[in-house]
Amino acid sequence: MSSEAHTSAEYIKHHLQNLTYGQLPDGTWGVAHSAEQAKAMGFWALNLDTFIMSLLLGAVIMFVFYRAAQSASAGTPNGLQNFCEWALEFIDNSVRGSFSGKNTMIGPLALTIFFWVFSMNLMDLIPIDYIPLLMTSLGVPFFKVVPSTDPNATFGMAIGVFMLVLYYSVKMKGLGGFVGELTLQPFGKFGMPVNLLLEGVNLIAKPISLALRLFGNMYAGEMIFILIALMGGAWAGFSMGGVTLYGSQILLSLGWAIFHILIVTLQAFIFMTLTVVYLDMAHQEHH
Amino acid sequence: MNINATLLAQTIMFALFVWFCMKFVWTPIMAALEARKKLIADGLADADRAKHDLELAAKRSAEVLREAKEKVAEIVANGEKRASEIVEEAKAQARVEGDRIIAGAKAEIDQEVFRAKEQLRTQVSAIALAGAGKILGREIDAKAHNDLLDKLVAEI
Repeated sequence: MSSEAHTSAEYIKHHLQNLTYGQLPDGTWGVAHSAEQAKAMGFWALNLDTFIMSLLLGAVIMFVFYRAAQSASAGTPNGLQNFCEWALEFIDNSVRGSFSGKNTMIGPLALTIFFWVFSMNLMDLIPIDYIPLLMTSLGVPFFKVVPSTDPNATFGMAIGVFMLVLYYSVKMKGLGGFVGELTLQPFGKFGMPVNLLLEGVNLIAKPISLALRLFGNMYAGEMIFILIALMGGAWAGFSMGGVTLYGSQILLSLGWAIFHILIVTLQAFIFMTLTVVYLDMAHQEHH
Repeated sequence: MNINATLLAQTIMFALFVWFCMKFVWTPIMAALEARKKLIADGLADADRAKHDLELAAKRSAEVLREAKEKVAEIVANGEKRASEIVEEAKAQARVEGDRIIAGAKAEIDQEVFRAKEQLRTQVSAIALAGAGKILGREIDAKAHNDLLDKLVAEI
């Protein structure tokens, strides 16, 4: 909620600003205290909130799965093992459904993507003011708790996937095969420049669509949470309008949060499935 | 939301997480799953086999029971037959024995009658001699009249 010191625009901006660490205009290294400062840092800056949250979430998930894997046995599984097995079978089944090649890395890759993205998206369900309020009280100017609303996070993963796509394309088809795939179709060897343009766009579109889809969905979701939260900010005493707004904020944020559970899971699943599909295409001879 | 080095950090983290997941999570859990699948499949196969064995055993026990019943019936029939045979044999034997005893007794009676007759005959001849002697009032020369007497005895 915006206090009197904040206008709505400032409130929104505050919520959408990452905690960026980089070189400040005066030459020293530190945390940017405004959006302009963060922008001025250029490429060699680190969004600490995205970095810390994604590392933390990834570590927690890996730890949980590691615990389950350590005690995994063929006997009666305990609760954690049961859950992890269910998750693995679910991932394994969907990988088998869309990946036709043989590669032992695809399963773990899909598992990591699904649960990492899922947990990062899930942070969206934390009431949006809690973490920034806590951090502000600790003296940290910004803290965006949902890493997947930071394009750096989604593009980072998409680039990772893209490199795998390139690697397996070259490995499976050979460098010549891969280049041929890019240049010799759909129009045959005389349409080479056109082919390269079409196939190049096709190739580049993969990581970009992957990253932007996740980013766009989560960013928009976050935005709507912020807008809903602003409604209560219009609170001005016990007037008819104030109470109505306040009540509708509660109802709307509840409704949106429930709907968002679906989006959170769906986006994680889509990211995973598309990754598997792209890698499957990389493994297959073009026809 | 500027693009900055977070991008690289995220990519590196991603790679590390995938590696970790592959090495320490996926493999052991999948191995456990496979092992359990095999365990359950084996268990089910064992249960099927046991069921089959049970059916066979039931069939076999019914067979054995039926055979035993047949054998018993046969033995009882044999026993009855043998018993009646024994009875018949005993009856026949008894009849033969009885006949033999009766024949023996008859022979003995005949012998006895014959002996009594002989005795009676000699006694009668003696009585007749004594009676004749008395009647004639004199001593009869036994030697002289023995032929006559013998004839008389034979006639009696």
